[in-house]
Amino acid sequence: MHIPDGYLSPATCAVMYAAAAPFWYRASRRVREILSHRAVPLLALVSAFSFVIMMFNVPLPGGTTGHAVGGAIAAIVLGPWGATIAISIALAIQALFFGDGGILAFGANAFNMAIVMPLVAWYTYRAIAGRSPLASRRRVLAGAVAGWLSLNVAALCAAVEFGLQPYLFHTADGTPLYQPYTLEVAVPAMMIPHLLAAGVVEGVITALLVAYLQRANQIILALAEPTAGVTGWRLWPLWVGLAALVILTPLGLLAPGTAWGEWGADELQGMLGFVPRGLEGLSGLWPAPLPDYAVPGLGAVPGYLVSAAIGIGLAAAVLLVIGRLLARPRAGARPQV
Amino acid sequence: MRRGDFLAGSLAAIGQALEGTLFAEEIGCRPGLLQGLDPRVKIGTFLLLLIAANLSRSLAVLVLLYLLTLLLAWSSRVPLGFFVRRVWIFIPLFTGLIALPAILNIFTPGQPVLVLWPNPLIAVTAQGLRTAAFLLLRVGTSVSFAVLLILTTPWNALLEALGALGVPEAFLLTLAMSYRYIYLLLHTASDMFLSRRSRLVGRPDAAEGRRWLAAAMGALLDRSFQLSNEVYLAMLSQGFRGRPRLIEGFRTRGRDWLWGGVSLSVALGAIYLGS
Repeated sequence: MHIPDGYLSPATCAVMYAAAAPFWYRASRRVREILSHRAVPLLALVSAFSFVIMMFNVPLPGGTTGHAVGGAIAAIVLGPWGATIAISIALAIQALFFGDGGILAFGANAFNMAIVMPLVAWYTYRAIAGRSPLASRRRVLAGAVAGWLSLNVAALCAAVEFGLQPYLFHTADGTPLYQPYTLEVAVPAMMIPHLLAAGVVEGVITALLVAYLQRANQIILALAEPTAGVTGWRLWPLWVGLAALVILTPLGLLAPGTAWGEWGADELQGMLGFVPRGLEGLSGLWPAPLPDYAVPGLGAVPGYLVSAAIGIGLAAAVLLVIGRLLARPRAGARPQV
Repeated sequence: MRRGDFLAGSLAAIGQALEGTLFAEEIGCRPGLLQGLDPRVKIGTFLLLLIAANLSRSLAVLVLLYLLTLLLAWSSRVPLGFFVRRVWIFIPLFTGLIALPAILNIFTPGQPVLVLWPNPLIAVTAQGLRTAAFLLLRVGTSVSFAVLLILTTPWNALLEALGALGVPEAFLLTLAMSYRYIYLLLHTASDMFLSRRSRLVGRPDAAEGRRWLAAAMGALLDRSFQLSNEVYLAMLSQGFRGRPRLIEGFRTRGRDWLWGGVSLSVALGAIYLGS
């Protein structure tokens, strides 16, 4: 996911530096408040750690290997702001001393992997782990979801940065000047391998590391833990983000047609002139309670909003139940630090 | 190396990183055109040339800028074979794979120049070839400038020059410390992999490998935290009061001004001709 120079226009690179700057400023302020002078060696060592583990080959089923980024575990042990600085430094060393990832594209790489990834990982981990004991299995699940989700959101950011290039920068005859694929190609090409492989590696490694620290050194796992009573306050950006996404859901009404591969039986009838027999048999198997996100008695926009809220509520309830089941501390686990 | 041998794969990656940096340090100390320049001037001018290469809308200008990197490498005693291989094989390996489909009419419609399949039409288009050439040349030239800067500047000079150019000292101190401890952690990791491999009989399954790897990473993280405490105490005992100081011994001489003038003219010319 390290974007080299030449893929993004200098204008995009400048915008990404500008987008990263306030986060770097906030991160340096927060780190100084919490850790003071001690921050320098701690961040340097965690940054060196994340650089080194990017070189480890992680064995995958089927005999292949993959790499982890380490952004999620850095966020879990240092908190999101410490991780932002540590991963930014690891990326700077890769770009400046090893030529891996561009110098002009450093802002974009840092935005994706050192800002978006730790922030998503931290809030996901906190939301699932809640106030469960440090030795709880729920934290292993939280680590896995945080690793998988944060890497995929970072990859989506990179895909959107790539995909915007041909729309914005091309010659008079339409020849793209930078990364040539539009969003329809760039997003699936980037997301499919990340959803199925790279994200899984990050999730597995984060979960295994959390499990190892639970057994071997709970003090490290407890470092970034919010103190009692602060948890609710620290989760507010997640709820604000979710509320913003709910409000934005009616944007889906602007898109014409149906998403590729999501056609219903009636649409296939129109496109192909027939409905495959297997699909015909299976399509009526589960009558959806809210077909096409429409709520009876409500208009299209309020229907979308209500559907989004119901969807998030159901997902939260399922995660809560799984979390409760896993929250019981294991027999023989060390007491919480 | 057997397919899926993650121990050998990790050892090879670690060895490559260590070897690459040692070689870069060795080239950085050789007498040559770029090695003799004030690192501050070198960073500034390379940034300008990099921006010029990225702004160019002309393939000819990109080719000329790439030839300039070869000329600079030759005059700085960087082995040309190593330099070209490092740029075109090692770093943007995946750029070629990304550029290849873009030559087809499926992704870049336009004037067909080579028909691969008549019905449905699959052909290489003129616009597609230009698109792929832009991507490959731009990435190749950008990476060449970056690699040239890295190879001809020892890392401590690069850090001091960044400080002189206004990068915050606290950031540079953390960067310098991190760079130094990367080698210690790389050696520790290499020892872990080597000792594991030397004790291994047969081939462990992937799940067992992952568990061992997570334990190795966990032990490394633990070691990093312990080391950070020791380093902090050592810094305090040596009088660190929260403000790092960098030693700067740079002097801008006639040849730096000359190089600055020439590269500024080249960059502005490239931007003008390439617009």
